[in-house]
This record gives sequence, structure tokens and C-alpha cells, in this order.
Amino acid sequence: MTGHTISRNRYFLIFAALIVLLVLTISMAYVDLGPFNIIIALTIAIIKAVLVILYFMHVRYSSRVTWVFVSAGFFWLLIMFTLTMSDIVTRFSF
Amino acid sequence: MSTSGSENHTNYLNDGYGVKSWLLTTDHKRIAILYMISITLFFMIGGFFALVIRLTLLSPNGTLVSADTYNKMFTMHGVTMIFFFLIPSIPAVLGNFLVPMMIGARDLAFPKLNLLSWYIYVLGGIFTLSAMVLGGVDTGWTFYTPLSSGYSHTNVVPTVIGVFIVGFSSILTGLNFIVTIHKMRAPGLTWFRLPLFIWAHYATSVIQVLGTPVIAVTLALVGFERITGVGIFDPNIGGDPILFQHLFWFYSHPAVYIMVLPSMGIVSEVVTCFSQRKLFGYRQMAFASMAIAVFGFLVWGHHMFVSGQSVYAGMAFSALSFLVAIPSAVKVFNWTATLYKGTIRFNTPMLYAFGFIGLFTIGGLTGIVLATLPVDVHVHDTYFVIAHFHYIMVGGAVMGYMAGLHFWWPKITGKLYPEGLAKFSALTLFVGFNLTFFPQFILGYLGMPRRYHIYPPEFQVLNVLSTAGASILGLGYIIPFFYFMWSLRKGKVAGNNPWNAKGLEWLTPSPPPTFNFDKTPVVTEEAYAYPEEDLAGG
Amino acid sequence: MDNEQLTHETRSFVAHQFDDLEQQKEAGTLGMWAFLATEILFFGGMFMAYFVYRFSYPQVFAAASQYMDVALGGVNTGVLLVSSLTMALAVHAAQEGKRKQIILFLIITMVFGTVFLVIKGVEYHHKFVEHLVPGFDFHYEGAEPGKSEIYFILYFIMTGFHALHLIIGIGVLTVIAVMTARGRFTKEYYTPVEISGLYWHFIDIVWIFLYPLLYLIHVHK
Repeated sequence: MTGHTISRNRYFLIFAALIVLLVLTISMAYVDLGPFNIIIALTIAIIKAVLVILYFMHVRYSSRVTWVFVSAGFFWLLIMFTLTMSDIVTRFSF
Repeated sequence: MSTSGSENHTNYLNDGYGVKSWLLTTDHKRIAILYMISITLFFMIGGFFALVIRLTLLSPNGTLVSADTYNKMFTMHGVTMIFFFLIPSIPAVLGNFLVPMMIGARDLAFPKLNLLSWYIYVLGGIFTLSAMVLGGVDTGWTFYTPLSSGYSHTNVVPTVIGVFIVGFSSILTGLNFIVTIHKMRAPGLTWFRLPLFIWAHYATSVIQVLGTPVIAVTLALVGFERITGVGIFDPNIGGDPILFQHLFWFYSHPAVYIMVLPSMGIVSEVVTCFSQRKLFGYRQMAFASMAIAVFGFLVWGHHMFVSGQSVYAGMAFSALSFLVAIPSAVKVFNWTATLYKGTIRFNTPMLYAFGFIGLFTIGGLTGIVLATLPVDVHVHDTYFVIAHFHYIMVGGAVMGYMAGLHFWWPKITGKLYPEGLAKFSALTLFVGFNLTFFPQFILGYLGMPRRYHIYPPEFQVLNVLSTAGASILGLGYIIPFFYFMWSLRKGKVAGNNPWNAKGLEWLTPSPPPTFNFDKTPVVTEEAYAYPEEDLAGG
Repeated sequence: MDNEQLTHETRSFVAHQFDDLEQQKEAGTLGMWAFLATEILFFGGMFMAYFVYRFSYPQVFAAASQYMDVALGGVNTGVLLVSSLTMALAVHAAQEGKRKQIILFLIITMVFGTVFLVIKGVEYHHKFVEHLVPGFDFHYEGAEPGKSEIYFILYFIMTGFHALHLIIGIGVLTVIAVMTARGRFTKEYYTPVEISGLYWHFIDIVWIFLYPLLYLIHVHK
């Protein structure tokens, strides 16, 4: 929205954070943490996505309707993942 | 379209006559008419397939068509009716026409996108029609893998491309409605002053925007698998066909609510108008629409109880499915409560609305029966299921569409249809419908499976009844077609508000001017503010 | 007609269906967000398939992912992040009404988008040479070639749809750059620049998830 402009420095700061997180996710992948590898990878990815959404896409400064729309997309994704996986994870354990 | 002397105001119909003025229009009302013509065409095609199905089932040994042809007939009946008629029916025709008018806007938020969505619809239609002309498709409208992805020798690829494409038309319509309802409401028209038709379309649009992309990508994966020979649903390499069913029903179960929610919106408009009553429980009705849209996404696994899905997931889906009954029951209760002590007029739209309430209730209650896991194991894939979803989709969605068409026809065309004939055909439709589909409940309960072109001789009586009902039902659709056409030339001039109804769309002339209102209306009252003097004493 | 009530100075920007510029801007932005919600679910279907098979065949996925080029994928992630930064800067320039800067940043964004596609093409070429293209030429040396094929199908479909979105994104930015050059945007009205930026960032987000899920499953040996 026009109401709020983020300073240019803020964009560079976010970009630096994203690059640091990228380096972090690659280096963590080289450490064997068993099942925690994917958890860490996904956590870092989610943090990166949130940074992009909040700052590059200005959602932090957007109206409530925008927040609702963004959340709805991810909430529906969560519905699909949860209910489908509820079948997959219980199917083979007779 | 003829312009008689009495309707000499400029309106959307006489604002340009050439083919170009229609095919390049961005007027939501003209696009609605384009949609109306196209979906009627597909309704006729789908109806033809239904005719072949019912004629085949007249005799137990399937003399009319071969088993293979029969498979194609019910597949193409389903594909046409669901993706090319029912899903676009109310939103793209009546919604397109009325959403901007009901909220006091000049047009939808994105008029060019609206026109684009019609062209996308036509393109998808061409693909699917060409698949039919090339020899048809026999997978069932559900395109279950691995039949669709590997074993079927029919035109699966053009069909799924057609359905993939038409999905985007649905998405764009939903997107347009959402933005329009959020941003284009007339001054004073707050969310809880909106007509329930608008709430219903908002809920529908949410499903269209969030559900349709999933079936698009799923069908793209099936098409990919068919073209390359390997794919992620391919059991030969360890793929999981049940995953396809999950992704398919994630959209296709909520798609039922794309069909029926707009009908519910229409019934709310019609019931209040023809009983001249404020709607009972307005807010619950609005929330119920939204609740149906959300709950509708939590229940898809009840289509897969016998598919090999985990029994634990089956139990969860079964329990969740009962949730949908709550908002649906709230709606039925509130419509009937609205009628209480109302000044009821039995005009044609009201007859259709009554038809909707009754048939939807039967369809909904049998839905609860089917959502019960152990019962479903018994009646799964039988005619009980067929009867159930036709009660929802035809008894519910199409009845609602007919109610809406009769309610707003005077607004759309400026002409009245012959009321007596219309009442007669509404009755015909109701009788024909029940005679067609009620026997199928019994057939299914007795064990007649769906999708077979032969059956044991003891089922013949009920099947003959069903086919006889289908002929009456067909008549019930043909009569309106003719008197609607007749009314365009010979119908009486309707005037702005022939039903004495509330709502912004009735304030403007019929047919409406190109930009709907000469002056943007200002809303100062709740929806359905009918005067209720007869309640004062009681 | 109501059109005539619109004020003269904003008229050239406001389409007939809107009352004022503010309404038009908000509608455009909201429309793009609704579209992105659709896109989330579109890619979501593929991610769903990915998670089902990764859960079912963890070892197979770990072994098959060895064939991915972690370095090229990592570089590509960086490339897309840079393009996202320059896209954000283009929108920033639009907010300040600096036309030349908008065009400059849009071009840089498109260049980085193209670099991504070129690197992606190199990776696809490697898979082609190694006979790892399912349905076309697939000879897998390791264990469980069938289930591994599922991994590679997912890889090609997910990155393929991502690349397709990127190509569309470059097309959109080209149009926006031309519109900017023709002076279609001002400090007060630059919504098309902003919402095409949203689309571009979304493409970046998809890749942010694709990279760890497809490339970094089992790099520790």
C-alpha cells in the first residue's frame, strides 16, 4: 500500500538475513541430525518465506484483509497436508 | 432483441447490437448472458447423455448401447454436467449479473478478466467437446487412476486439458467476486446489510479460489502420466493411486458446495420476497454459508471409505462429515421459520424454492447416512449414492438455479413469462425429479451398483419408473426454455420491481442501464426490510 | 452516467467501474493476493505429493537426491534472492516516482531471472546426459529405480512449473517496464508495478522451499 514506505536500507538488511539463512540451511544439511535435518530445513525455509512476505511483499504494513488472505492460503494448505497425512501415516501400520 | 415503445430507456441490451458488441463486451450483464447461452448448450449435451443412460436402463440386459459406449455416456454426462454446467451455472450467470447490482456497483472489479474467464470457459469447452467428438472418454467423471492414467484407451488427455482449462475460468470468476464484494460496495452497505445471495457467492468464491487450483494440478499430473507413461500415481513404480483420490476430492467435495451454496443464496432471496418477511436469523445464515465453505474442505475422505484409505482416517473423516450438517440444518430451519406468519405468495420462484428446501433436505439427510462409515460400506458405489447426489445437485442446485432464473428473468430481460405455464412446469419438474431419483434410493439400498449397463431383472420395475420420471423431468426443462424465448418478444413488460422485492437490483429499471444505476445508491437499511404489520398483534 | 462525477485529474488512471483511484489500487492489490492464494494451493498439490512419497520412501529419496547439484541449486537460490531484492527496490523506486530507477531495477530483476533459468537449463542438461529423465530416458543405477523415478518426476514437475512461472514473471515485468517507459505510472499510481512484484516474490518463496526439499535431503554422507 502507499501508506508506508520501507527505507532502502531495510531491504538490504532483509536481503542479508536471507543470504545468511541460505548459507545456514546449506551448512546444516551437511551435519547429520537424523530426523531433525528436515525439521531444521523447513524451519529455516519458513523463516525465509516469512521475511519475504512481511518485508519484500509489505504485508507487515498492509491491511487486515491482506493478512486474512495470506493466512487463508496457508491455512488451506495445512488442511490438505494434515488430513491427507492422517491417512498416509496410519495406513501401513496394521 | 426487440425494443417496444414502452422500454425506450437505454439499457445494456440495446447499447450496441453487433456481434462484436457482445463478444468484446466487458459489461458483466452481457457476459452473464454469454455464460447463460453456453451453459444451456452444455446442459443440453449433458441431458442427451442422461437420456441415453436412462433409455439403456429400461431393459435389464442393456440392449440400446454396448457396455463400452455406456461407460462413455455416464462419464461424459458427469463431466459435462459438473464442470461445464453446474459449477458455472449460478455464479457465472446469475452471480455475474447480480453481484454488482446487489451491492450498487457499476461492474465487477475486473471486467476484462470477467470476459477472459468466459473465453477460457469456451476454450475448455472446445477441448472437452472435441474429446467427445473424437470418441469420448470412459473413466467416470472422477478420472480415477490408474484407469485414467494408464489403462483407458479413450480420449482422457483432451478431456482433462478441457477440465484443467475451465478450472481457471472458475478461479477468475471467484477472484473477481471476492474483490468486488470487498471493495465495491455502495455507501452504507456494510457486511451485515448484504443480501444473503452475496454472502453465498462470497463463500462460493472462497472455495473456487482455494480449491480449484488443486484439481487443476492433479489433472495436469494425470495428463503428464498418460503422455509420458510414468507418473507419480503409477503403482508400477511405487506410486499411490489413492493420493490421486485425496487430491481430487480435496476440490471435488467442496465443489458440491460451489453448486449448492449459490442456490441457498437464491432461496433466501426468494423466500423473504414471497413471504414479505425479514429473514429469520440473518447473521446465522451468513455465518452458516461461510461455515459450509470451510467445513466442506474437512470431509473429502468420506468418498474414499472403501478405497484402501486407512480406517483411522476414515473414522476421522466420517466424524468430521457430520459437521456440515449443522450449518445446512440451520439454513433449512431459518427458511421455514421465515415463512412462519408470512404473507406467502405462491409464485413460480417460490414453488422452486419450496422444491429446493424439500429436496435439499432429503439429499442432505441421505448424505448423513452415506457419511456414516459402516453404512457407506454397504451402499458405496450403488444407486443410493447416485440418488443422494442428484437430490443435492439437481434437486438442490438446479432447482435453485430455476428459482433464480424465474425470479430475476423480469430484471434481466424486462419481460414477464406466463405465470400459469411456469407454475405448471415447476410442478412437472418436481414430480419428474422425484419419480426419477426416488426409486434409485431403493435400487441402491437393494444393491444395484452404479456404472453398470446391465442389472438383474428384479430391478426392472424401479428402473422403468425412473426412466419414466426422467421423461417428465425433461419436459419440465423444455417448457421453460420455450416460454422464456416466447417472453422475449411477447412477454408483458415487467417494470422495475414486479415482485415487490427488496434489494438494490430492483431499484433500477428492467433491463438495467449499462452502468446499472444512474446514481450510486446509498443504503440505509438492513437486507430484507419488508414491512411486517401482521406480526404486531402476534 | 456516474462516470462524469469522477474528478478530472485522476480520470485517465481510473477505470469506469471504480469510484476513485484508492478503490482501484486496493482492488488490484487484493486481486493479486487472492490469485496468490490460488497459486499457493496449486503448488500445494505438488508439495502434498512430495511429502507423501518422502514419508513413504525416505531412503529412496535420500539416495536419489544425491544426483542433485547442491552448488548450482544454492547459487540459483542466491540468484533468485537477489532478483527479489531488486524487485523490491523497483517498487521502492516506483513509490518515489523515479521512472528511470524503476526500469533499471526491473531489467536487473529480469536478468537475474534469466540467469536462474540458464542455470536450471544446465542442471536439466546434466540429468539428460545422466539418463535421469523419467518417461523419456531413465536408467537409474541405484536401488529401487521405480521409486527413485517418482523422485525425479516430482523434481522435474515441481521445478518445471516453477520455471514456467518464472518465464511468465519475466513476461509480466517486460510489460510493466514498457508501461513505465511510456509514463503510465506516477508516484500516486503504481499498483501494477507493486502487484507484479508480489507475483515475483511468490515465485521466490516457492523456490525457497523447493531447494532444501529437493537438493538438501541427504548431503551429509
